[in-house]
Formats: sequence, structure tokens, C-alpha cells
Amino acid sequence: MTKIAVLDYGIGNLRSAQKSLERAGAVASLTADPDEIAEADGVVLPGVGAFGACMAALHETRLAAEAHKAADSGRPFLGICVGMQLLYESSAETPGVDGLGILEGTVERLGEGVKHPQMQWNTLQVEMHPLTEGLDGEWMYFVHSYAAVPENAATVIARTDYGGPVVAAVAKNNVWATQFHPEKSADAGHRLITNWVNWVERVSQ
Amino acid sequence: MNSSVVRVIPCLDVDKGRVVKGVNFVDLRDAGDPVEMAAIYDKQGADELVFLDITASSDGRETTVAMARAVAEQVFIPFTIGGGIRSVDDARMLLRAGADKVSVMSAAIARPELITEIATEFGSQCCVVAIDSRRSENTPSGFEVFTHGGRTPSGVDAIEWAARAEQLGAGEILLTSMDRDGTREGFDLPLTSAVSAVVNVPVVASGGVGGVADLAPAVIEGGADAVLAASIFHFGECTVADAKGALADAGVRVRPA
Repeated sequence: MTKIAVLDYGIGNLRSAQKSLERAGAVASLTADPDEIAEADGVVLPGVGAFGACMAALHETRLAAEAHKAADSGRPFLGICVGMQLLYESSAETPGVDGLGILEGTVERLGEGVKHPQMQWNTLQVEMHPLTEGLDGEWMYFVHSYAAVPENAATVIARTDYGGPVVAAVAKNNVWATQFHPEKSADAGHRLITNWVNWVERVSQ
Repeated sequence: MNSSVVRVIPCLDVDKGRVVKGVNFVDLRDAGDPVEMAAIYDKQGADELVFLDITASSDGRETTVAMARAVAEQVFIPFTIGGGIRSVDDARMLLRAGADKVSVMSAAIARPELITEIATEFGSQCCVVAIDSRRSENTPSGFEVFTHGGRTPSGVDAIEWAARAEQLGAGEILLTSMDRDGTREGFDLPLTSAVSAVVNVPVVASGGVGGVADLAPAVIEGGADAVLAASIFHFGECTVADAKGALADAGVRVRPA
């Protein structure tokens, strides 16, 4: 069985992420235990709320270091929503607070002329990648006011449109991430989670 | 009219973890089971769900938390729980159990800092402020916030309160016209557009839907980002797909059901 560790640093709804991984056939635990994280085949960094508050909680629970270790280990790593944003170097939401810096780039406020947050379903335009396979044009659930601006545009594997193009998913080596919530995106989200779990299974063998 | 992809949101009243008020699907095994109801609306293509907890007693809270947990186990679209949330701890229990958002109303009127506390702890995106409004001569805009199920006038201007709630950290406004609620005469469009004009967070229009033709005006004239309805869905008069079809026919962007 594919074992997934969902990093639990005390934020809101983590249960849906856990359930969606289980539904895709994985054994998923919410954990802050370094041994359990080290033994997992794949690691998920979820996130809701403000960038600064999430970074503070990651440091308090010592999970920032665990996230670095997991990403460096080469094992599959998936960031979700703010969990994606935390992977970058900084965010305009909380100036002066360093992100994890696992991915190069920053997080910037969504363009003007549209509501903040984007709180709606929106469609994906995807590049060829195992995570987004079969998901071009599919609808995903977004809740965010900020979005990643990666230094390397080649890491972008999905975009959506919200007052202009918005980065919806990225992948660099073993570190993949989505701005939307696949665990809340009905069948399309299930497909994406299944794509990831299948990938974890393949590379962990 | 805004450029949002408009969400269609069925609303379920729950008491002690059971769905109440005339849910009447023919194919339901247990009309009171929130999980089964939620799964049906998920299949129909609902974009989100709202559960309104009308449990009066405080010992009913545990059952609501258990319900959130059960729903999150089987339903993979976002859902909000509102009713009786008075503290950050109340919010935490429901969010940890699997709710994506909590909605506060009476307690936020009594103590507006509650909005900021929840938004700071969990983020604005999960802090919905519900406003029950009635037309009234007691406030500048002519709309007054009523609390406790629409029975108690608060003296607070509904339009000013919406703007203040956003400043305090609300990530969404769930706006119900108590004048229209249950009348089936359609949304209160002047109320909806007055609130939409003063906030930059999403506005969910609620109260008064009598049929799917009532939905699009809330978006086109009222500027709403989402439409919430209860009875038209519960009584099986129309499906979420019917609602989305009517919106799309009127030129409103929706996620196809």
C-alpha cells in the first residue's frame, strides 16, 4: 500500500485531503511525526489561510525542516493551495516572511478588476505532465487571493484564467503543486489525486 | 454583472445532525441523512453546499461536528456550516472535522471581533459572514440586520455591516432577504446589488427563489457571485442541472452540471 504523510501543522480542514488520498487507494495519515514522514512514500503539504500564519505554524511544529527534508529526498511531494505558495521564496501577502524556498519565485496578488478571493470553480489549460493527465479543460475549485509567479515558466503545468492567466499547477522534479483544491473538486479532483497516488506508487517501487 | 463562474449552492437545514424541513426526494432512503442528501447534490453538479445548523441546545454541537466528519468522508465538494458558532474553538472543531468554511451571524453582531479572530486563525477564505436583512426605517439604507433566525432587530444597517464585515476579515457574504425568504417571489435585487456594490468579496444571494428563472437576475442585476436555494431543490421541482441550464441560457457562466 502506498503510504502518504499529510503534514499536520494545526491548520483548518486537513481531513478532506486525507480522505481524497484514501479514496485514491493510498494509506494517508495526518502527522507531524518526523519518523512517520521519513517512512512515507509521498508527502503532502496542505495549506489554507494566510501565508505568514502558515509559515509560522510550520516553524512552530518543526515541519518546515521536515518539508525541506522530504522535498530533498526525491520522494514525491505535493503542495496544495497555500501549501503550494509556501514552497516559494516569499509572498506579497506577508512581506518580510521567508517561504520555504524549495521552488524559485514569489507569490503575488491576483490582478485587479476581479474579486478577491477567487472563490469559484475554474477550468484548466494543462501542459503534458503525469499530474494533469486527462485534465485539460476540466473544472477545479479555487479559493485564493494570491498566486505563484515562478522564476522558471517551464515549471508551469497548468494555468487558469482569472482576470488574466494564473498559475494553477507547477512541477519541478519530485515537487509538484496545485493552487486549486483537488480534494474539493469532485470527479476531476479525484482524477488528479489518483494521478499523483499512481505516480507515488510507481516511483516508490 | 461580474465575470465570476457563478456557483449554485443547495442549502440544508440540520437539527442535531439530521436534515429537517420538507426534503422530499422520491429516491431517498433516508430523507434526514445529511450525507445521503449531500451526495445527491454532489452528483447533480452542485458547486458547494451549505448546512444551516438550527440545533437550539448547546449539547447538539457534538452531533454537528460528527455530521461534518461524516459528510467530509463521502462528499468532495466544498461545504459550509453555519448556525450557533460563537468562538474560534467552535469554528476549529467544525473545520478540523472537514468543513471548508464556517458562517457566523448573531455572534458576530454581538462581538464583531469574532470575524477577525476566525479570519486570523484560519484565513478569510473560510470565514463567511451571514447577514439576514429586512427592510426597515431604522437604518440609513433601509435594510436592517436581524439576528436569531430573523426575529430580533439589531439596529445595524445591513449594507454598512457587509462592508465592515469585509474589513474585519470576512471572505464571503451570505446575504439572505428575510422579507423574501419563503415567499418564492425571487431574490431581493435592490438588497443584493446594494451589498455587491460595497464589498469586493463574493456575495451569495439567498431568500425567495421560487423557480430557476429567479436565479439569473441575482447575478445580472444583483451582482451576486453565487446563488443559494433550498426548497426548489429539496422538493424535487428542479435539479441543480436545471438551475445551471437556466443561468447559462441567461448568459451567466457556470460549471456545467
